[in-house]
This record gives sequence, structure tokens and C-alpha cells, in this order.
Amino acid sequence: MSLDEYRKREFKQVGQRVRRPDGVDKVTGRAMYGADATAPGMLVGRILRSPHAHARIRGIDTSAAEALKGVKAVLTGADLPAQEDDFIRDVQDNCMARDKALYDGHAVAAVAAVDAATARAALKLIKVDYEVLPHVTDVDVAIKPGAPVVQKGRSLENVPAGMSENVTSHCEFGHGDPAAGFARADHVVERHFRTAATHQGYIEPHAALASVTSDGKAELWCCTQGQFFVRTLCAAIMGMEASQLRVTASEIGGGFGGKTTVFIEPVALALSRKAGRPVKIVMTRDEVFRATGPTVHTSTDVKIGMTKDGRITAAEAHLRYSGGAFPCGTVDMGAQAAFAAYDLEHVRTYGWNVLTNRPKEAAYRAPGAPQSIYAVESVVDELCQHFGLDPIDVRLKNAARKGTKSSYGPTFPDIGLIATLEAAKKHPHYSAPLQPGQGRGISCGFWFNFGGNSCVSLNINTDGTVGVTEGNPDIGGSRASISLMAAEELGIEYDRVRTIVADTSSLGYNDVTDGSRVTFAVGLATIKAAREAVRVMCGRAAKIWGIDAEAVEWKDGAAVPAGPNAGKFPPMSLAEIAAVSFETGGPIAGHHEVNVDGAGVSFGVHIVDVEVDKETGQTTVLRYTVFQDAGKAVHPSYVEGQMQGGAVQGIGWALNEEYIYGADGRLQNPGFLDYRVPVASDLPMIDTVILEIPNPGHPYGVRGVGETGIVPPLAAISNAVSRSAGIRLSELPMSPPRVLKALGG
Amino acid sequence: MKSIPVSTTINGDACEFLCAPDETLLDALRNRLGLTGAKEGCGTGDCGACSVTLNGRLVCSCLVLGVEAEGAEITTIEGMADGDELHPLQRHFIDHAALQCGVCTPGILVAAKALLEKNPEPSDEEVRYWLAGNLCRCTGYDKIIRAVQAAAAEMRGA
Repeated sequence: MSLDEYRKREFKQVGQRVRRPDGVDKVTGRAMYGADATAPGMLVGRILRSPHAHARIRGIDTSAAEALKGVKAVLTGADLPAQEDDFIRDVQDNCMARDKALYDGHAVAAVAAVDAATARAALKLIKVDYEVLPHVTDVDVAIKPGAPVVQKGRSLENVPAGMSENVTSHCEFGHGDPAAGFARADHVVERHFRTAATHQGYIEPHAALASVTSDGKAELWCCTQGQFFVRTLCAAIMGMEASQLRVTASEIGGGFGGKTTVFIEPVALALSRKAGRPVKIVMTRDEVFRATGPTVHTSTDVKIGMTKDGRITAAEAHLRYSGGAFPCGTVDMGAQAAFAAYDLEHVRTYGWNVLTNRPKEAAYRAPGAPQSIYAVESVVDELCQHFGLDPIDVRLKNAARKGTKSSYGPTFPDIGLIATLEAAKKHPHYSAPLQPGQGRGISCGFWFNFGGNSCVSLNINTDGTVGVTEGNPDIGGSRASISLMAAEELGIEYDRVRTIVADTSSLGYNDVTDGSRVTFAVGLATIKAAREAVRVMCGRAAKIWGIDAEAVEWKDGAAVPAGPNAGKFPPMSLAEIAAVSFETGGPIAGHHEVNVDGAGVSFGVHIVDVEVDKETGQTTVLRYTVFQDAGKAVHPSYVEGQMQGGAVQGIGWALNEEYIYGADGRLQNPGFLDYRVPVASDLPMIDTVILEIPNPGHPYGVRGVGETGIVPPLAAISNAVSRSAGIRLSELPMSPPRVLKALGG
Repeated sequence: MKSIPVSTTINGDACEFLCAPDETLLDALRNRLGLTGAKEGCGTGDCGACSVTLNGRLVCSCLVLGVEAEGAEITTIEGMADGDELHPLQRHFIDHAALQCGVCTPGILVAAKALLEKNPEPSDEEVRYWLAGNLCRCTGYDKIIRAVQAAAAEMRGA
């Protein structure tokens, strides 16, 4: 058995609801976020953005801005290098337009000045000569031949001939023969759905402080989900060697996928290089909405056939996603996730990515899955209503389980869907009586979860404490989880361990904090680093005792002789071994570097009760319960927090949040007043039930938990609305005007 | 624009600073005084991350001018703990895992303290409506409401 694999064990530290190590800093205002840092001689950077959805840039005259007193540098796309690689070029072009502005809010120039007022004045002096071009902001319009073309020459070879040049890629997943399956169904439902683009809505706007010195070295402080990936992107854009650019991740004020790439970081670096001084750029909220990653907006057709006893005979989905003005692979994940919860003989999903004049999509919690699963779970629910079947029973009857060939290819190992559905079915919420006018909905949700590159150093200090150095920004308590796993493996108390997040010069490469990977993958690397330190400590004890290293084992935080033949020595604790380490061979550390495989998929089921006000069209969420498989909940409070936070973001998506574009192609609601995220008074408590079906690919059974929670609310609420108000909506959000319209008001 | 001298009291200490006539109190606190605990999430009074109290009244410091602090008493998150003794709200936020990323936390703590000073025994609904101006995108508010209620109970001696 590989050491990666799960082994049943009793936990002493893991599973405890400990205090997070960054808690005091964060409740006292001491924690340093992106905008909180300063540097000597720092300049203020500001960015000029296109007011047009689509325009050729014929020229930019920066002379008046450059002449303004206090302006130290002006930057345009012409200052950045030509890039060979498509991916890097898209990232760079999104940070600073080259020859075309591709969406309202696209950066076209930047300045660095002695203060904000001067920088703002300088932006007004920059003259951009635009040739306004026809634009397209809707996926269903952009996909048609004859639509304005956002970028030419970006279609992959697998796009069928005859489609608009805006279609950049096509994907297809599935198995069996759907036509044969539909023929066996007692009823087939086919529906069309649309979902609006939403924004991650992190409360902290992007911020970066860059300092490039004349010897070619650079320091970058920024709020990011992945400082190593920021280094990769910025080094490529700046033409720098990775070793010369040190990126430090600040505390991060929310990300949800939206801080997995760069927007202002290369601009701040380029301005700093030009000005010869540190430059800080902090986005306004308006800039965050107009120029950072919203989700894809989507148009979907789903067709499902069912027998009258509730068995699905075939399923098919056609997904059209738009990730804005640049090619985007999110539709592939949507197509793979769509039917993941079902054990199907005949299933097929087809996906197309379509360019529109909107900001470049960035990942948002389970990217691509909420949209496709919303459509699928709505149709499944309609079939349940048609046959008068219980929605959980139907899902149990068709649920993916161990050995199921998934709709996207792999065969599932141990998964927790059936246990999760059964927990939902027997929960008091599911059988609680409803008042007239109230409706209850359920939906399944799914996310793959990622593993990825992870690198951990674990130092045994001479006083018996332990320092863990990892490379993933802590967004929701991961330092506590990593410390818990280190303490568990070493057999010491949690408060003896302190975990810190390293900059890019202090540790090997770590993938971005995404895909719900950190507690799983960095946790695995931490456990293995601890095992390496244990091996060294056993060797030191063996040396002291004068026996073979193989004759020593680690038990309850101490080295002990492995058996009666090894000799009779009292246990030697971690602290005792550490205290004499300088005499036994020097400092003790363990480290581990790995590209982790074996992330376990996570399923969730949500139950929601709603009431629709038929006069106003407002939907009130009355009661909400989340059931989710965590594999093993390392810190249960923060697992619950992920489940609750994901559910509430999904509630916002279902009911209110949307990017609204005018006929002029401009974003109409770039602020929290008009882009309405859920507030405290909108919501009930979000009850949670954690299931623990161990992931066979992690020593403690851990699965990622961060993303699945945003998936089910979209359909669960739509299904509840259909039972409350007798109307089935097929477009999100179900905002009051849309509900009123469906009610015939 | 010529800077204006402002004399004020912040977290009980006398304080003087210069600021531009159009400069917000938030910018003055953060950029001139180094009090970066209050955050700018929107700059338009929609998110509450910059909450402070001005003469006892809860305000969004992004909607107050620095010059309005003249002669006033301001409290910020940096003044909430008594030395190394955390305020019960701060302690319960940590114990109840009522923060994830933590960027909204200073504003929510300042707002919650202002609530409990007016109403030591609020209902859950009163807490939710009072905090409706403080956006949190991570937690779904559940644990925040529970932490505020636990702190309120402790402060009442219940």
C-alpha cells in the first residue's frame, strides 16, 4: 500500500475546532492585505480604461500626461513585448490592450504619479484615438454567423465549419447511444436555459505594490491566490528571470478563483521599471467589476429521458459558454460536470466556447459546473414532477457510485453521493411541513477537486516547536488545517506548530490556491514532510541509544524502541530529540515536493425552502440545509464555513446577481449597489451536515470542500420556486422582475 | 488644493493630521495615519468594510471627509481591544470561525460593537438588519450572527 493512500485511524488533532493562527491579526486590524503595504518613495499607479465595448486603437497620445508635473511614468501596450505564446499573450493583452479594446473597461494606458490626484489628472490628459467597432455581448448572438467578430483567427481545428469565428473551441464527452436511450423513455423533457455572468465579489479589490530596481531585481507584493503563478506570468511579461522577481502574497481578502491570474501586477512592475521607483496600484470597485473576471454567461439545452419508475434512460446537453473576449476552457469543465451525479448508460455533452465583448473570464468556485448542473437538475426535477416521484428517491435510483463509469470518462472509486442523498432524505428538514405558498427544492452538486504541485518545509525547532512553511495563500483557515495535520502526524499539540505562507524565493513552486486543492494536496505534502522529519528524529534517537535506525519507531510524539529486541530505552520525545539536535547531527527538518494526484471528487445535496411573493416577485429563502462529503473534515468549523459561503454565493446567483449590459455594450451595474450580493438580512441560518466518506487518495481521507457548495443552490432554489409559485423559470437570476414576468404580471 | 490641519481624537489619543479638502476620512486614516485596519471595499458606502465610529455614530469612513474629523472622537478597529485583552466580540469571532478571509471583519466588528452598545440583547433578525450594510462574501453570515450573539450573551453576563 502506498503511503499516499488512506488508512483508517483515530485522530487526536485533526477534527478539533482550534483557533486559527492568523485570527488575532485579523480581528485587530493588524493583518496586512494587498492595499495595506507601502514602500519608501512610492508612486500611485492608475489605469485608463476603454469606454467602448469594441474599438480599434488608432493611436494614443501620452505627451500631455507625460508633461504634467508629478507624473513619473506613462505606459501603453506598446511598452510591453510581443509574446509568442497564446496563453501569455492573452494574459498580457487583458492587462493592457494592444491594438484593440475588447470590452468596456479594458485597460489602454497607465500612469504613475506622486499622488492620486496627479495620477487622475494625468489620465484625463491621455488622448486615445478610437475607431469604434460593432460589438456583441450575448453568447447566443455571438455564436451566429455574421455576428461581429471579437478576435479573428482564434478558432481551434475542432470547431465545425460554418460557425461564427467567435466560436473558439468545441468539446464532447460521454458514452453509449443517447438516441437509443431516449427511445426507451416513458417521457422526455428538453429545455433551454440561460445563466447570467456573475462576479466572485471578493470584498478586497485587487492591489499590487511593485518595486523594480536598476540592477534588474524586483519585489512584488500583491493579493493573489498564487504567488508562484503570478511570478510565472509577470516574469514572462516583463522578460525577467524567475529568480530576479520575488512575489509575496499579502493576506487575501477573498478570491473564489478571481485572484488566480494577473490584472494590475505586470502594469505596476512595468511602471516601476520605467519610473525607477516603487509603484502601488489599487483597483476601485468599478474597475473590479468592469475589468476582472466574471464567470462565463451561458446558454444551454438539456434533454433527459426517464421511465415512469424514475430511471434515466438517456441524457444529453449542449452548452454554449462565453468567457468574454478571450478563448476560455470553462465549457469543458461544465460539460464534464453536467451529469457527474448520475450512473448513465447513454450520455453525451457537447460544449462550445464563444467570444463576446466582455471581460476575460476568471475562475469562480467550481468554474463551469453550477451553470450546467443547474440546467440538468432543473430537468430532472421537472421529470420528478411529471411522474409524481420523490426527487431524492429518483436521484438515489440513478446515483453515481463506486464503479460507475462517469459521464466524463473515469470510473469512480469510493464516492459519497449515495450517503449524502440518504442523509438528506432522513434529515428533519426534508420532512418538515410547509405552509401554503412555500416550496421545497433539492439539487445535487459536484466538483472534481484538484491536487497539483505542492512543496512543504517543516522545521523542528530546538525548543520542541515546529515551523511549517507552505506556499499557498490562506483564504479560509488553511494555515490552521495544515498545522493540525502536521501536529497529528508528529504526535504533538496543535499549538506547538506554526504554519506560514512563504514568498516565491523561499520555497519551491506551488500551484495556485484553487480547485479546493490546498487542504488535500498541501496537507498531503505536509504529512509526508512530517514523516520525513520523523525518520530523521528516529535516526537521532537510534544514534543516542546506539542501536539501528530501523529499530526505532515513532509513537505518540516520541521515538521508542520498535520491539523488545531493540533494547530497553525510555521514549524520547520530539522536544528532547530537538534539544540535543546540534550534538547529534545538526538541525532537523523534513520537506516534501510532489505533484499530487488522487484528489477525491466531492458531492453535495442541498435542501431549500422558499416563498415567492406574487405581488413583488421577490423570493425569500426560509430554510437551507447543506449536505456534503468532506472525506475527512480537518477543521470542521472551516469546512462548514466553506459549505455555508458557497451556498450563499449560489443563492445570490440564483436570485439577484447578474452582469447587465446595455445596448451600447457597457456594463450597467459595476457596483455593489446595483450588483446585489446577499446581505445578512436576506438569509436564514445555513445548516450543515458534514459527511465523511474517506478519499482513498489521501492518508487521512481528505477531499477538497471549497467548491461543491456553490453548485446546488441554483437548481435547488429554482426547483423550490416552481413548487412555491407554480412557475418553472429557465433563466438566472430569478430576480423579481423576471419572476413577475413568469407569473404573467 | 491646500491641505487643511485637523485636530481630532482617535481611539482615545489626541491626533493631528493634514489632509486635502476632498480627502476621505478613510484615506486619511489609512494613508496619513497608518491605521489600515479599515478597508476600502467599494468607496461608495455599499460594503461597510471601512466602518468606524464618529462621535459614537457608526459611519462608512469612505463617505466622511477627513476634515469632518475636526474636534471629533473617532474609534477604529485598532482601538477595540484593551491592550492585549481582546474585546468579547473579537474573541468570539475567532472561536466561532466567524471570519474566513477576514477583510470584512474589522468593519463588521466595529458595526457589531456599535449595535451592542445600543441594544445589548438583539434578536437574530435585529443583528441581521443592523449588519445588512456590511458585506461578507465568505461566510454566508451564519457564523457571524452566532458570534455576535455569543459575545452579546457574555457581555450581558448571561
